[in-house]
Amino acid sequence: MSKVIRIKKGLDINLAGKAEKEAVKFSLSKFYAVKPTDFPGITPKVIAKPGQEVKAGTPLFFDKYNPDIIFTSPVSGKLSTITRGERRRILEFVIETNDKIEYEEFRKAKPEDLSRDEIKENILKSGCWPFIRQRPFAVIAKVNEVPRDIFITSFDTAPLAADVDFIIREEFSSFQTGVNALTKLTDGKVYLGIKAGELSSPFTNTANVQKFEFSGPHPTGNVGVQINKIKPVNKGDVVWTLNAADVLIIGRLFEKGKYDASRNIALAGSEVIRPKYYKTISGVQISDIIKDNIKQGESDKRIISGNVLTGEKVDEKGYLGFYDNVITVIPEGNTPEFLGWGMPGLKKFSVSRTFFTWLNPKKERVINTKLHGGERPFIVTGEMEKVFPMNIYPMQLLKAIHIKDLDLMEELGIYEIAEEDFALCEVINTSKIEIQKNIREGFEFAIKELG
Amino acid sequence: MKGLLKYVEKIKPNFEKGGKYQRWGAIFESFETFLFVPGHTAPRKGAHIRDAMDSKRLMSIVVLAVVPALLFGMWNVGYQYFLSIGTDVGFWQEFGHGLYRVLPIIIVSYVAGLGTEFVFVHIKQKEIEEGFLVSGILIPLIIPVDTPLWMVAIATIFAVIIGKEVFGGTGMNIVNPALLARAFLFFAYPSKMSGDKVWVSRLAEGNGVIDGYSGATPLGQAVENGANIVDPMGHKLSTFDYFIGWIPGSIGETSALMIFIGAALLLYTGVGSWKIMFSAFAGGAVMGLLLNTFASDTNPAMAIPFYDHLLLGGFAFGMVFMATDPVTAAQTEKGKWIYGFSAGFMAILVRVLNPAYPEGVMMAILLMNVLAPLIDHYVIRANVKKRLKRIKVAKIN
Repeated sequence: MSKVIRIKKGLDINLAGKAEKEAVKFSLSKFYAVKPTDFPGITPKVIAKPGQEVKAGTPLFFDKYNPDIIFTSPVSGKLSTITRGERRRILEFVIETNDKIEYEEFRKAKPEDLSRDEIKENILKSGCWPFIRQRPFAVIAKVNEVPRDIFITSFDTAPLAADVDFIIREEFSSFQTGVNALTKLTDGKVYLGIKAGELSSPFTNTANVQKFEFSGPHPTGNVGVQINKIKPVNKGDVVWTLNAADVLIIGRLFEKGKYDASRNIALAGSEVIRPKYYKTISGVQISDIIKDNIKQGESDKRIISGNVLTGEKVDEKGYLGFYDNVITVIPEGNTPEFLGWGMPGLKKFSVSRTFFTWLNPKKERVINTKLHGGERPFIVTGEMEKVFPMNIYPMQLLKAIHIKDLDLMEELGIYEIAEEDFALCEVINTSKIEIQKNIREGFEFAIKELG
Repeated sequence: MKGLLKYVEKIKPNFEKGGKYQRWGAIFESFETFLFVPGHTAPRKGAHIRDAMDSKRLMSIVVLAVVPALLFGMWNVGYQYFLSIGTDVGFWQEFGHGLYRVLPIIIVSYVAGLGTEFVFVHIKQKEIEEGFLVSGILIPLIIPVDTPLWMVAIATIFAVIIGKEVFGGTGMNIVNPALLARAFLFFAYPSKMSGDKVWVSRLAEGNGVIDGYSGATPLGQAVENGANIVDPMGHKLSTFDYFIGWIPGSIGETSALMIFIGAALLLYTGVGSWKIMFSAFAGGAVMGLLLNTFASDTNPAMAIPFYDHLLLGGFAFGMVFMATDPVTAAQTEKGKWIYGFSAGFMAILVRVLNPAYPEGVMMAILLMNVLAPLIDHYVIRANVKKRLKRIKVAKIN
């Protein structure tokens, strides 16, 4: 039986606009895209040329430094454009669909009957490999490494996150197939983090894994936090991490022999008229999902691919991120506020009690994107520790990153973390420091130094 | 406020790059962000919602917490003054005298300090940091009311430059700037900072002071005579009097009651660390008790009851408002216990056993400010060791 691990530190932010558990039927959109920017640390080299016909599973580009890792099209049609940004950096591979999806053929077999190399090859060729990420540094796993263990998280505790249980329920057997494939890739164990007390959840029936139940506020659902509690990453260790919704896609690959990147995603947030789930495909154009479902009003809206803690701002013509299961729409906070720092602030969100928000105990909050102040050096101490459940000193680690001291970063636990684990620190930080960005810069520095 | 906003936005281009006054851009920005929390939004990637607290809010809460002690201090200045000249006047006249004496000190402290800060804003071309808002109000409260204004100005400028800006500004300093200002005054102008004559308004001038009046603080007396402490008129003082604070002393430090009201605000809002405050008072009490145990006739101060120690002198003020400064205190949660306890412990130790300084709080906190990084270092090393040990265990298994 599984153990329950209780996590006390953290913070649940109760935002308005939770998605109702009702899925809108699938309809094929006109445009889809794969964004190399979703994959930190890779340098894309183009394979497909604009105008070329592609199928779901046709390679679009690969990573210059790990040529085995290829990225494939989620749909079939024509590669219409490759959007480039500053210094010709590739931003998007945009695919225009026809009316139905054709798939490239991959190997269809029970993972139990395949060897480790055969499984790897199938995952790599189909473009599913990028779903597998590694600690340290939260980048796509290296192809020729064998991880100590593999960790899967089956729930997401971030505000307005999609309910993984709900989006996976109908295809649980595919999820199990995906797990079976992963068990072949490690000499260690596959661990599955489950939300405690959810007896009806299909995940409780998962076979071939070590199950650990977790209870507690966000970031309990983060795989990094779970690893830290189950079996922490030490220097020299490499573990792989996946989200359950992505394991499902790997499962489909082995069951159907296709790269079927369809997902149930949530459209949530205070600015959505009817927040609910949509059946779509990875990389869908956002406007197609949110059309006619956004409140009209005075304030500008921010559309986020992903959740409000770690997601990326996209415009309406933008595309859903590779790993994202949720689109969140919240108000922008771009209007100046007279003496805002001095007002009682009845409705302002703050974990400190410096505003009178506690007089106004509303269950669900509408929070906009205002930064509330300028960036300062670290002043307040002890605030991050309250929302950071790992046995790591978050501020000291950040300072080690700021001074680019690799030994110190290593000593303070940089191998165990990802940006998302520091998201709440960024939310509550009084000095408004861009913590997640700093963490990634620390990773990039460490990767460069360690060679 | 729309009109003001429009005006600010109208003149803004002059201060931006390429504008007529672009050299003054950072100073303009400082004022602009003071008036209007700017409509800056969270960056494209990362956390899109942010806590409403910023360093402006943080500092204003601390300033607010000091206000009760400040107002009481003003009244007490007047009260002690009229006591010394033997005139019985009403509350408002007492408060009025206090306001008349204290307000100039506050103004000088802010003008000198913020002036210096703006020079650095201009040099660094970076928006002003709010730290001095707190230092500027703390400095007047921890000095005697008769301190000449020019000394206040010099000490403040010294504290801002040497205590803070040379290290890179708010958040980078090693010792608490307000305490540094006081230490500067204490060592540069000892005659104005100690003795029996400085604590009561205009006592040193001696005009109209009634015969036999002594301006010695209770703490000063305690160090001399032990438990036999009297007010300037010769009445015996009790613990209750120290708690309320109608006794001579630095402007804001006398009333433990008012300081505790401020402490309650700091603790409730989460701005001040309860770990530091609690352990500092615990440290002071433990040292007080220890000294009580070994009290003898040779050092009468050792007999002061430990609870009086916590109320007398600058102990309460220092431990509530100065020791808790997050920048100069220990930064790890475990370190805060050690830091606070040591600060309280040392404060009473210096106070009682060192004949050169009648008050040990300033010395103790400054010392612990300097030692705080060392405490943190060992706390963090313990964490590092744990991580290293994990590797060893993993290798054996």
